[in-house]
Amino acid sequence: MVHKLTGALALGAALLLSTSAFAQDKRVVTWNADYDPIPLAAAEALIADFEAANPEIDVVLTNFDHEAYKNAIRNFLTADPPDLANWYAANRMRPFVEAGLFADISDVWANNGLMESLAASVPSSTIDGKQYAIPYTYYQWGIYYNRDAYKAAGVDVPGPEGVTWDQFLANCEKFKAAGIDCVTTGSSALWPVAGIFDYVSLRTNGYQFHSDLAAGKISWTSPEARAVFENLGKLQPYVTENHAAIDWQDAAALFVQGKAANYVMGNFAVGVFKEGGMTNDNLGFMVFPEITAGIARAEEAPTDTIHLTSGAKNPDDAKTFLAYMASAEAQSKWNAAVGQLPTNKNATVDAADPFLTAGFQALSTSTGGIAQFWDRDADAEYAKAGMEGFQRFLVQPEALEEILAQLEATRTRLFPQ
Amino acid sequence: MAEAATTAPRRWTQRTLAPWLFLAPGLIMFTIYVLWPIVESVTLSFYDWNGLYDRDGAFTGTFVGMGNYAELMGDPAFTTSLWNNLKWLVLYMLALPIGLFIAIFLNQTVTGIRLYKSLFFFPFVISQVVVGLIFAWFYAPNFGLLYLLTEAITGKGTAILADPDLVTYGIIAAGLWPQIAYVMILYLTGLNNVAPDQIEAARLDGAKGWRMLWYVVLPQLRPATFIAVIVTVIGALRSFDLVSIMTSGGPFGSSRVLSYYMYEMALGEFGFRMGYGAAIAVVLFAIMMIFISGFIWKMWRDEKER
Repeated sequence: MVHKLTGALALGAALLLSTSAFAQDKRVVTWNADYDPIPLAAAEALIADFEAANPEIDVVLTNFDHEAYKNAIRNFLTADPPDLANWYAANRMRPFVEAGLFADISDVWANNGLMESLAASVPSSTIDGKQYAIPYTYYQWGIYYNRDAYKAAGVDVPGPEGVTWDQFLANCEKFKAAGIDCVTTGSSALWPVAGIFDYVSLRTNGYQFHSDLAAGKISWTSPEARAVFENLGKLQPYVTENHAAIDWQDAAALFVQGKAANYVMGNFAVGVFKEGGMTNDNLGFMVFPEITAGIARAEEAPTDTIHLTSGAKNPDDAKTFLAYMASAEAQSKWNAAVGQLPTNKNATVDAADPFLTAGFQALSTSTGGIAQFWDRDADAEYAKAGMEGFQRFLVQPEALEEILAQLEATRTRLFPQ
Repeated sequence: MAEAATTAPRRWTQRTLAPWLFLAPGLIMFTIYVLWPIVESVTLSFYDWNGLYDRDGAFTGTFVGMGNYAELMGDPAFTTSLWNNLKWLVLYMLALPIGLFIAIFLNQTVTGIRLYKSLFFFPFVISQVVVGLIFAWFYAPNFGLLYLLTEAITGKGTAILADPDLVTYGIIAAGLWPQIAYVMILYLTGLNNVAPDQIEAARLDGAKGWRMLWYVVLPQLRPATFIAVIVTVIGALRSFDLVSIMTSGGPFGSSRVLSYYMYEMALGEFGFRMGYGAAIAVVLFAIMMIFISGFIWKMWRDEKER
């Protein structure tokens, strides 16, 4: 049973629905989600399968508008908690875990062998040694490239193994001469620059550095952090000018039109590229090139999660449903419909989709670790300060010292030594 | 009850009661929706709170005293916002002379003048969100009109909203567009009330041009000017929608104003620092109070003179 509602109406209506469902003599599990139409349809299909297998349980999904959900969750978790709620892994769930609003579901993990099957997502689902989330989907980040732009500039199209960092920068020089932006982005919403920064950071110093930097354990004026900015500085002249004033979708238009050759983005952008007229023939994907030789390759793959709330009225059946969402079968089905990657390593990926296949390959062979993304790995306020710094550096690289000093001041304030 | 009645200093008669009864709906609304939130905001500004209640519905904030204000003092983003608010305040005043000029220009009887007046008033009628979008496209890199114009003239396009030094002026220009229309309509109605005999008399004395405007027309427009200053000052201080629509405070926070910074800190995606946001709101409130009390004092004085 699925009802699409938005905003304030949702809570009241959910109450009404649950009472009417009780009348049918089924045990109800309520689930608040923030799905767009395609994921919503996929979730409906999963619920139908689950209810067919468990006829005595009725899963009631209340769908919220994606943006409104970010505020709504703060209210409904205290005022009228559903049994299950969608959210994000790592630091994004920390405030709710610390306020005691998300429940510990370590038992679901232990009883279903999830430590094994969801191995890659254990760190991002764990706080203080306990699991608070069921990760059911993620998507890879990397470099999407326009083959037509490469041909127009007379640059060799990268092979499946990607290119080296020096080769990438040399290519950028050629693109610049041809009047094509080598790397494009649209950073008016800030987060796209974090993708570029994170990759340069992961490739310069590795996963542990990224993780420690996001946790505020590393000084911005340390030689390691400076090395990241030095490498970012090499890329800076080739990034689309005025990126600070455009959205990532505007930059996608430049990319589709061949005015830009490479785009550091998440796999969700493929849909936008294809709507713009690109096909599997001229759209390519490669992992971000290696910078420091010998560092274990880490990738970015933000994970979406479902949580059991502390105020759940029917935690037992909710846990049954969580176990189902963690299963290979459910994840294969949901992710195939949505075009993302399952977190369960036994799940299957649509072999006909070259980007999903490439992403699955990139993530399953990454030995360095899976980063969530700067704004999920770092504390919210720290994340924002960081992204403003990255954006400023890409606009005013000469202001590096000032940027580092400001970031360092923020760090010492938020994480007193 | 009986005791209260005997100690009451004066008796409730219809004459003393009626004003309060008539004031009551307004007073109750004012208390609930204005005074109470002010008290709440000031209280909240002494706490560090992420906006969450725990499972039992208990408040999770911690008292930090003047901590939020101390942090504001050393916060570069706050300084930027304050400076930008000042820029808004000063440059928004341009709406007065320009609005007056257009009003005088339109204050004539020509065929179809009503149409021209409506066209000039048009920007004030459309929503601020639409104004913001129109100007954002006007400034947009690669395809915006202004970008293409500067590219044609100087050979290198200027993307105003991507330039940290220009962005605030770009947004203020967008805000001035409807504000000028608003001031214009205030002056147009004012000009209708300018006494024709005084103009006539001044003309007989040989006054014309600037002297006529300065010594005869403007003094009679004082009430209109007063209202225009008030709405312009308030419009400048509460500038939020344009910043939010056009830049979200960017690039890297260069176009933030206090009201937007408050929103970012308290309700933005990376914010939820309710106490800190409340502290910014209190500072903004204090700045507004300077102007508001000035206006109230002037109005009170004018009332007494009558």
